[in-house]
Amino acid sequence: MSTAIVSEPSGFALPQGQLNVIRWNIYFGFAVLAIGVIMGLGQALNYAQVDVVQYYPVVKSYYQGLTIHGVFNALVLTTAFANGFIALTTARGLGRKLNNALLHAAFWTLLIGSLLAACAMFADKASVLYTFYAPLEAHWTFYLGLALVVVSTWITSAAQLVALRGWRKDHPGERVPLLAFMSIATYVMWDIASVGLAVEVVVFLLPWSLGLLPGVDPMLDRTLFWFTGHPIVYFWLLPIYVSWYGLIPKQSGGVLFSDTLTRVAFILFILLVPVGFHHQFVDPGVSQGLKFTVAALTFAIFFPSLMTAFSVMYALEIGGRRRGGSGLVGWFFRIPWSDPSVAAQVLAMIAFLLGGISGLMNASYNMNMEIHNTAFVPGHFHMTIGCAVALSYMGIAYWLIPYLERRELWSPRLARFQAFLYFFGIMIFSHGLMAGGMEGMPRRTDMVHASYGLAAWKIPGIMTGVGGSLMFASAMLFFFILVMTIVAGKRTQPHDLPFSATVQAPATIGWQPRLDQLSYWVLASVVLVIAVYGPFILGHFPPRLTTAGLLYP
Amino acid sequence: MERYENAFLAACAAVLVIFLCALGYSSVAMGVHLPSRSGMIYCGAGQKLRMVLRKTPPFDHTGVQEIAPGKYQAVVIAKTWAFTPDEIDLPLGAEVRFVATSADVTHGFFIVGTRVNMMLIPGQISEFDYRFTKPGEYLLICHEYCGNLHHTMSGKVVVK
Repeated sequence: MSTAIVSEPSGFALPQGQLNVIRWNIYFGFAVLAIGVIMGLGQALNYAQVDVVQYYPVVKSYYQGLTIHGVFNALVLTTAFANGFIALTTARGLGRKLNNALLHAAFWTLLIGSLLAACAMFADKASVLYTFYAPLEAHWTFYLGLALVVVSTWITSAAQLVALRGWRKDHPGERVPLLAFMSIATYVMWDIASVGLAVEVVVFLLPWSLGLLPGVDPMLDRTLFWFTGHPIVYFWLLPIYVSWYGLIPKQSGGVLFSDTLTRVAFILFILLVPVGFHHQFVDPGVSQGLKFTVAALTFAIFFPSLMTAFSVMYALEIGGRRRGGSGLVGWFFRIPWSDPSVAAQVLAMIAFLLGGISGLMNASYNMNMEIHNTAFVPGHFHMTIGCAVALSYMGIAYWLIPYLERRELWSPRLARFQAFLYFFGIMIFSHGLMAGGMEGMPRRTDMVHASYGLAAWKIPGIMTGVGGSLMFASAMLFFFILVMTIVAGKRTQPHDLPFSATVQAPATIGWQPRLDQLSYWVLASVVLVIAVYGPFILGHFPPRLTTAGLLYP
Repeated sequence: MERYENAFLAACAAVLVIFLCALGYSSVAMGVHLPSRSGMIYCGAGQKLRMVLRKTPPFDHTGVQEIAPGKYQAVVIAKTWAFTPDEIDLPLGAEVRFVATSADVTHGFFIVGTRVNMMLIPGQISEFDYRFTKPGEYLLICHEYCGNLHHTMSGKVVVK
């Protein structure tokens, strides 16, 4: 019954030159992740009152380490991985290569941008955390570098759209293959969402840090930041959804159920961009009506993730039953847990359930006052970005690196152990942070040197340190397996991506082909953005740039 | 299968709508309000916000004042890395309005163990009404990163 595959069926193989750019992106992303997790160990142990940052070379303070951790893991790694992985799924999905010059330009832009930002951070000239929060002021290279990181995503998006246009010309009347649709939709969502950050950096922070503007409007700047700062979460997540929808069903022996449902989920992410105000629930200067509206929109954007839970779980169930599982839950134990790529990503999904629920708690309007800026928040987002996304990256790497290197994975058993270790580590870590947060333990605070502390924070702090150490050990194991695969994996023949089939093929008549017209959804999204943000932005126009900076440090 | 799909999606939508109604109820009927728009501080070009605050009511007189019988107002200025005042004494059970702002960078204002949780943004006035029903000493902390001694920025609220 399953005939409709989500990808172009010709068995198209990317030219080696293109695979190389993709590979550089992925390796660069994992290289910065390695630095990021070393910093992360310092932060986790800090909650347990253990100061290891003092022994780190170069890093002078907790906050410098935290800035590097946030920028590298949340901004650079995620961009590098998406630029590489989504370029691959787009090209393979459409069965045509992307523009090589554009992909190279994207990679070099990302590399130069990241290095500029890294220079500022390692020189301790930019310890402003990855949220910037002017009037804390960083060196201008930090802002320029991160602007270039964003530009690299726009170049990647352009390469995708050019390829899509070419594909449409060659395939009139055909539906865009699902794998390519999901990939392109991810970047289209981000193209809209990234405008806030781009305006903040290019129009305000960069000229200000160069001395061209007298000051900043902190309220406007943080609003522009969070305009991008929430949808960026979906820019981290959607490449993982591409894997969960498009590849995991195949890897676990199942099929994806509904083509239409999948497309609708991605379209909802494009539509519901303006949700960033829910990071500003306890801000002054934003009306309660606007805050409640955005709470409702945030609840709405939870919906496509619930759709994903249905689709992906059903695909896994089909796989488990085909492999002999039976009963209400028996299938779950029959999915191929021995495959580290599947094991890692299914564990990531479990973490995402908990991460999603805790996210809904954060987004719950006045309930936010209980936990805003407490350790509950990093407890939540380490289960989403720190596990659902990061552990999926690792799971994807367990087939992607062998695919790119044409070598077998070195020790799948160790890789499977690594995935479980990471999962248990993050469960302890996030439980510690969230339990501490419920007791008012703050986030982003150097707890070792803090002038205050409560007895109730002690055990949650220790759990955070223990869980974080397990995550660190697991991440190091991951890098070890990667290196061993690259240098010592058994050589294999080239093979294709493990893309899935769907039970229901995409319809070529009726209303469904219109789902592929991304321009409709972009237009609707822009209208919603203007409706939600327009009045606020107008109220801050012209911006009052009177708050002078606190040059940091 | 499409039947299950639709049932699942309908159930999901229903759960989200119920959650949202609960939030609406807690806000409208129970009066659990978030900080909102409470005014701005105008600081002309070339003026220092710190200096402007000294002449702007209510920030020209920081500390606790009884504004009506049984009603108090606690005015606080946050500045790297201290609250002024750093001790707030309040009578048990009284209605208190916290009015606070920042004189330099973005700070936080969080009384641990309560829902007094606000951001203090330069140029914006933050307000929050609260009633302490248990006596004791509460920890007041800045919970937004504000520079390299952020972790030393704290105070206390004494309720008796």
